[in-house]
Amino acid sequence: MELRKSYFADQRKDDLHEIGQPRPRSDSPGHVTGKTAYFADRNFPGMLHLKMVRSPYHHARIRSIDTSEAQMHPGVVKILTAKDVPHNVYTILILIQIGPEDETVLADGKVRWKGEAVVAVLAETERAAQEATAKVKVDYEVLPAVFDMEEALKPGAPVVNEYHGRNYYLYDSGECRKVRFGDVEAGFAGADHVLEQTYQSSPIEHAPTETTGCIVAPEGNDRFTCYTNTQAMFFTLDNASIILQMPGNRLHFVGGTVGGGFGGKVDVIVEPIAILGAKLTGRPVSFIYSREEEMQISSPRAAEKVVIKDGAMKDGRIVARKVTGYTDAGAYSRHSPYGAQKGAGHYPGPYTIPNVWIDTYCVYTNRTPSSAMRGFGVTIGDFALEVQMDKLARLIGMDPLEFRFINAYRDGDMKAHRQPTEGAALIECMQEASRAANWPVAEKFMAMSSYAKGA
Amino acid sequence: MAKIPVQFTLNGAEKAEFIDSGTTLLHALRDKIGDTSPKGGCHQGTCGACSVIIDGELRLSCLTLAETCNGAAITTTSGLSQGGVLHPLQRAFLDAFATQCGFCTPGMIMAAKVLLDHTPDPSRDEVVEALSGNICRCTGYEPIIQAVLTAARSNSQNAA
Ligand code: FES
Ligand code: FES
Repeated sequence: MELRKSYFADQRKDDLHEIGQPRPRSDSPGHVTGKTAYFADRNFPGMLHLKMVRSPYHHARIRSIDTSEAQMHPGVVKILTAKDVPHNVYTILILIQIGPEDETVLADGKVRWKGEAVVAVLAETERAAQEATAKVKVDYEVLPAVFDMEEALKPGAPVVNEYHGRNYYLYDSGECRKVRFGDVEAGFAGADHVLEQTYQSSPIEHAPTETTGCIVAPEGNDRFTCYTNTQAMFFTLDNASIILQMPGNRLHFVGGTVGGGFGGKVDVIVEPIAILGAKLTGRPVSFIYSREEEMQISSPRAAEKVVIKDGAMKDGRIVARKVTGYTDAGAYSRHSPYGAQKGAGHYPGPYTIPNVWIDTYCVYTNRTPSSAMRGFGVTIGDFALEVQMDKLARLIGMDPLEFRFINAYRDGDMKAHRQPTEGAALIECMQEASRAANWPVAEKFMAMSSYAKGA
Repeated sequence: MAKIPVQFTLNGAEKAEFIDSGTTLLHALRDKIGDTSPKGGCHQGTCGACSVIIDGELRLSCLTLAETCNGAAITTTSGLSQGGVLHPLQRAFLDAFATQCGFCTPGMIMAAKVLLDHTPDPSRDEVVEALSGNICRCTGYEPIIQAVLTAARSNSQNAA
């Protein structure tokens, strides 16, 4: 790899001699010798194992829960239901004032997705805990479920989550996040070409090699040490503190090497209930997802639907872009209202377009709650936008890379969400890409710069 | 439940434990004996993170009952370095950036070791085949394949 210091020579005076040089990672010696400690590489005497009774239905009312037979199962020490959780209804982003609280730690009266946690069983062995979960009797009244975002937004659709009361997240801007810039209809009216396309994605599971989990040890002084593979240590600590109604100074969280996360370990799912189990039994508790739970229960990347309508001129300029984005949060918010909001800011793409209209919806359905994953809110959008760019270039009859040079944002350009562009470097990246990929473009594009207009 | 005695060598050292019948070797190694280098990624024989070497053969310790290992010689990744000197495979994984989160690494190194023990000078295809039972979600495999090929070359140089 070569560092081209000629670009932005006036901005970077530092030497940057590390770039392109192999450097050993500080954690590799531990990895290759098997010495790296992951959260599960611990064993405490008397440790209990926690297993969940999960909803077999996508949407149902819980009429009754009978744990009496499970309680008698050999090895079972404690069974927890919603009434045992001090603050059972929570939402992760309440820490940054994104409410309402809309999710139960253990289901209370209703389940909203297939796999939702209903009852927690703590037993001497994993096997005993698993066997006892089968003996918990939950009487359900199955309710109509909705799985499609546009169906969910129709009047009369079953309401997924009563804490919202409607099947979309209500932003301060209304039913969706909105970006309005210029006059998009006038832009379409004056365009030589108009192209409207719909792009859809399925949920994507991170499938880390190490499953989600934690081990909690009571310290005897009413403090609890939680060994966890969370990717969001303080989110987890603070939410655990809220859920357990326990001051944070009684919770000692120990993180460390995460065996793959990719965003999938930022939700606060295993820790609060395991700490509660440790508190109520006085014994260490291990709650580790099985591989099946990791694949079926942990939050995936949201399914998305993106409708893009573009107006472009024969000379290659995009003059109007209208985007409607839908993010499938599943049954609960978790990080999805934030993901959908990111999309709103991101959708014009790295292009300067004079007329932009964007609506992004965060929609509730009876599907597995989705959450963070590598660039959530923008990755699927980028896929859609760049496929759209290729299609537009083809429609106009233009080289797809040259088409992007014509529309690339440059320093000083106003973005649709009213942030002036700074440090864009897109032109320079495309020039390097053109050389590296041996995909030549006209000389005038190779002479362009992110700095100066009019080149 | 009556406990069963089991005895084997682990990385050359004698080990003896009383276990419940049905205990997996993975569980016995990690939670009884305290060698946590084999990892449990699936407990159903699909990820390879729990790979160990039993009497020279690559085995999934999550699908191996500890009670069947009486008298066996078991090798794990924690036993590969000698006197603080890394095994050539460990060195190559480290140099080739073949670990990211590291969770698959001990299992990968076990699979690679069995390959090189049987086939000291493998082709790229043979390396890919030998690692095909081990899942890595981080590296994209290429650095791991390169590490194994590099270790094979350094072995043959040492032998020459
Ligand atoms: S834990 Fe044994 S193959 Fe995955
Ligand atoms: S390095 Fe993370 S799974 Fe391979």
